[in-house]
Amino acid sequence: MKLSELDSADNYNDVWVLGEVVEGKVHRVTLELLGKAKDLAEKRASSGSKVVCLLMGYQLDGLEKELFSHHADKVIKVDDESLKFFNDSIHASVVTRLVKKYKPEIMISGATSKGRSLMPLVAVKLETGLTADCTGLEIDEESGLLLQTRPAYGGNIIATIKCEDYRPQMSTVRQGVFKVLPEDVSGTGELISEFVLDEEKQTSFTIISEEGLDGETRVNLHDANVIVTGGRGVKSADGFKVIHDLADAVNGAVGATRATIDSGWISYSHQVGQTGLTVQPEVYIACGVSGQIQHLVGMQSSDFIIAINKDPDAPIMKLADVAIVGDLFEVVPEITKLLSN
Amino acid sequence: MKIVVCVKQVPGTTEVSIDPETKRLIREGVSIEMNPFDTYALEQGILLKEKHGGELVVLSMGPKRAELTLREAIACGADRGVLLNGRPLGGSDTYATSYILSQGIKKIKDVNLVICGKQAVDGDTAQVGPGIAAHLGWPQVTYVSKFIESGESELKLERMHESGSDVSVVALPAVLTVLKDVNIPRIPTLKGRLNSRKVDITVWDETDLETDFEKIGLGGSPTRVVSTRKPDARDKHTIVLKGSASDSARELMKILKSRLEL
Repeated sequence: MKLSELDSADNYNDVWVLGEVVEGKVHRVTLELLGKAKDLAEKRASSGSKVVCLLMGYQLDGLEKELFSHHADKVIKVDDESLKFFNDSIHASVVTRLVKKYKPEIMISGATSKGRSLMPLVAVKLETGLTADCTGLEIDEESGLLLQTRPAYGGNIIATIKCEDYRPQMSTVRQGVFKVLPEDVSGTGELISEFVLDEEKQTSFTIISEEGLDGETRVNLHDANVIVTGGRGVKSADGFKVIHDLADAVNGAVGATRATIDSGWISYSHQVGQTGLTVQPEVYIACGVSGQIQHLVGMQSSDFIIAINKDPDAPIMKLADVAIVGDLFEVVPEITKLLSN
Repeated sequence: MKIVVCVKQVPGTTEVSIDPETKRLIREGVSIEMNPFDTYALEQGILLKEKHGGELVVLSMGPKRAELTLREAIACGADRGVLLNGRPLGGSDTYATSYILSQGIKKIKDVNLVICGKQAVDGDTAQVGPGIAAHLGWPQVTYVSKFIESGESELKLERMHESGSDVSVVALPAVLTVLKDVNIPRIPTLKGRLNSRKVDITVWDETDLETDFEKIGLGGSPTRVVSTRKPDARDKHTIVLKGSASDSARELMKILKSRLEL
């Protein structure tokens, strides 16, 4: 909503996290965002800001406990069968109504496919701004405004964006950008139940069925301690064999750059980078990856980065902790051999 | 069926610079192409038109030269192109852009279906498709991976998300954003190319669109870019190994081992 004399910024408090539930569990990105929300709310303590998690879905019994122990001061729960599947229309109507009722100052969501579908709908319904895929969120000390940082134009530029005259200030954030804060198991808070109105259930969009991914196609890049990524230097779909071999040897996952996916060498679910996943494993091994910024923004927070490339001047080599200059088809099998012993 | 496909002209390169005043992308003097994700939206529009008949209109907002992108779409099989162009429209964020495009869709009249690519490769926000749906008050189906059935008044679709997929039915009118999985875009025919040169492109400005001036351009955009910078080069000490493959691999093992002992 555009701020005015009648509806000034002082009417808006609290930092909201739009929670997400997957297969009956709180999504990790929700826990990451609660940690960030705590930081933001503390910096806005002068206006009495609290951390609030809005959790919508079906059969959510008990999930608030985990949200409280991850630093939510308040949980607003909407538990209704109409929210069983992700119906954009119903979800957007409910969020919009509750935002108007409670007036949060900031609302953040994971940049998951749901978050990226729901937040822009809600932002337009609320007539406010939204910044996608933020890599940094800070409070400007002077103005108290949310400063949203995101890579723009293919990651060549890092832009800082604000939303001064409209509320709430809204952002989506990729999984893996912020770390989950240590749990406080004794944490408690206020639980509020809200409901879906009958008219909100009337929509011309209906979800008939839902299917999970089978184990074969699920690439668990977020949970892997080691990720071995192939870039353009892998040259072909067959070239990914050495990458898979190394990943198998270290019980890791296989990542890929956009170029290899566009070439059809490997499926999209492996993509790391700005249009793929953001990851932060303990060890990231980039093989034949030049290190275009779009890729770097997805993996630069990894604890330890190893790059293997023929070109010593490739950007990835400067980012790496260990840069191995050489042909990946010679070096990678050597590493696999040593690790297998 | 009357279908609108939204297309965006994007830089064909990642070498970009920023206007210090508006803090937005300088588009002059950069090679251009149709946003690759939009080619799937266009192909889907052509397939649906081939099946159901009707009209396929391609819509873009941008500078005059975005006409080229509309002509490219016509060469592939779209019937006509509409360009939303005007100085006051410049500097729009995703809120204002989706508002302006929705005004264009209203003015095209009697539209049953709007199809967009999942996102543009320059902005990477994926916000304009849903924004259009919200401005029009139509349902949206995002990340569509498959058209299971298409009728005159409703579509049965598969959507993809990180942990799986679902099947849904949406009654028209609706706004869709599509993934690469939906089809394989065709290449324009020679006849199509020749035809695309002859077709007039409709150009509408902010007045034609009857836009609310409070909602367009830099002034009508809720978000504002306050500063831009080059990404940080991570300041760190890199160990460079240049020997033979086996020497480098052995050296790496030593480094990893000492790290594990820390």
